[in-house]
Amino acid sequence: MTISNSNSPLARREALKNRRDQLQRMVEIRGVENRIQKLFAEGHVRGSTHLANGQEAVSVGIARTIDPDDVVTCTYRGHGHALALGVTAAGVIGEICGRTIGCAGGLGGSMHLVEPSIGLLPTAAIIGAGLPIACGAAMAARARKNGRVAVAIFGDGSANIGAFHEALNFAAINKLPVVFVCENNLYGEYTRIQLSTPVEDIALRAGSYNMPGVIVDGQDVDKVAEAMAEAVQRARRGEGPSLVEMKTYRYSGHSRSDPATYRPAGELDTWLKRDPINIFADRLIAENVLSPGGLEQIQSETSEAIEQVVAEVLDSPPPDVREIFAHVSGDSPGGDQRWNFWAR
Amino acid sequence: MAKIWTRQAVLRALDDAMTDDPTVILMGEDVAAAGGPFKVTEGLLAKHGAERVIDTPISEMAFMGAAVGAAVCGLKPVVEIMFIEFLGVALDQLTTQAATMRYLSRGRLTTPLVVRASAGAGQGFGCQHSQMLDHWVRGTPGLKLVVTSNARTTYGLLRSAIEDPDPVVVLEPRILYSEREEYEFDPSYRIPLGKAEIVVQGSDATLVTCGAMTRVALEAAANSDAKIEVVDLLTIWPWDRKAVLESVERTGRLVTLEEATASAGWGADVVATVATEAFGKLKAPPHRITLPDAPVPYNGGLEARYLPSPAYVTEQVAALVSTNKSPAPWWRSAA
Repeated sequence: MTISNSNSPLARREALKNRRDQLQRMVEIRGVENRIQKLFAEGHVRGSTHLANGQEAVSVGIARTIDPDDVVTCTYRGHGHALALGVTAAGVIGEICGRTIGCAGGLGGSMHLVEPSIGLLPTAAIIGAGLPIACGAAMAARARKNGRVAVAIFGDGSANIGAFHEALNFAAINKLPVVFVCENNLYGEYTRIQLSTPVEDIALRAGSYNMPGVIVDGQDVDKVAEAMAEAVQRARRGEGPSLVEMKTYRYSGHSRSDPATYRPAGELDTWLKRDPINIFADRLIAENVLSPGGLEQIQSETSEAIEQVVAEVLDSPPPDVREIFAHVSGDSPGGDQRWNFWAR
Repeated sequence: MAKIWTRQAVLRALDDAMTDDPTVILMGEDVAAAGGPFKVTEGLLAKHGAERVIDTPISEMAFMGAAVGAAVCGLKPVVEIMFIEFLGVALDQLTTQAATMRYLSRGRLTTPLVVRASAGAGQGFGCQHSQMLDHWVRGTPGLKLVVTSNARTTYGLLRSAIEDPDPVVVLEPRILYSEREEYEFDPSYRIPLGKAEIVVQGSDATLVTCGAMTRVALEAAANSDAKIEVVDLLTIWPWDRKAVLESVERTGRLVTLEEATASAGWGADVVATVATEAFGKLKAPPHRITLPDAPVPYNGGLEARYLPSPAYVTEQVAALVSTNKSPAPWWRSAA
């Protein structure tokens, strides 16, 4: 299986050209999220962690569509996006366990995943923080004249914060090559969307900023990819930003300590019937890309691979105390490790 | 006497204040239906109703600003900022608008607003959810800033903050929510804003601290050969100069213990004041125990090193008292 840390993030990204690998990546995301939950119970994870089981199609649909040089900003519910974009399972699980093998060397934790080589800026722990940053990434992309775009991934909860509105307006008046992707999973923290938001569809808000607003079935990876392709092409053509709303659902609560008792009875079951992994697996069987029973095989191989990664992570040392002082500013220890966005 | 969780003291202070004063309202993310992400507002919606216990969207600027307007026009809003970092997007409403309302109206308008926020490190929440950030508001004329240190001070400070006619920021060290202590609730109990407390008396050094560092100071003092006087500032802006100066005049030595980066900590102001006003009484240079100028690390071992431990504080104070020289911080040799 192509999950070990020996694979570079870029190679993992390239693998998503293959439809079977797309399914495998969705299974990997599900497996990693479930394993993180268990690692928490086992005492290997500190603070909090925000899972995105159920939202795998959004992650993989975006990742398979955009270029590794396109820049992505994302919230703390970002494990799935990081894995889909190419961060290795060891990079994600290692970070969440605070080990040197983690993608931020164990200094960041669950809410702060990062990998410049596949365009992922550090995921932000503040609601809405990534949208204005994506605007700037888009300005830089335009300056580099290489047709790259920026993608801001955020939740429905972010649509009520000032940064959302300011960023959409700013992107629109400057015709920035940015795609705003709202993962509408119906809940902002512990609150259902209709209690916090007067519109059911966040995409409606695009109208105020004179950009396309699209509603997408976020449980179908092909529909996600199709909508992303359109918005990304528009951005690459210099026609400006879009707002793409992915209708999706998080199977878990907001964070580790949230049992999600506020959900109406039966809602989770309804969504489980449209599980993104099953939808895609059935399609691949129909396309003869996957044989019947193929999903189960991928699941068992992936789960075995994840266990190997967990063992590797738990074997990896914690960071040295000197890392506290590394990379705080340019004259800190750690040397010049700057990613050169002009190089590719 | 019953053992009280610090989070219960928050809940009780809010509940009692709402019962005593019908103009007190609560606003914040998930404070009503969910009872608060830290369970400090549990049951208040059922008891005081949806007009007074209000869930907000994730729109800190909007509800902070609304609280300012409501405060100016007759209500007493208590706003919850879930993690102090979330204040960033609402800072204008607090430090620029609320803080100048009285000044600009030449005393005709006031802003009896309380902003409560969980703050501080020690639980592995990572660098964007573990700061104190008191320096964002400290020193702002027109604002007051208090830091709670246990169940009793939480109750006493919150009740006083809600009754204060001006905007008060209450920082609640998150790590203390799940700490317990013997405490009997007294609805009339208040801690006056602007007053420090001498928690332990001593004659060798004055250890000025606040928040979660108060318990570190107490443990350090209990395990020290030096006789350490522990002063819990409680209000860190404007802080109790008189209490600190009087204590230093008795002990001849000043140490600050701050959960703040070295270059932004409140102790710099305390040291400057003492050095200026009690210079002749000092037997040793004023000494600050702080965090290094670095973000809060996620890894548990690193975070434990990053925060001052009781043993480290004991060692630092002992070195100061025995040599009358300021000992180097741990990171001088580690970095």
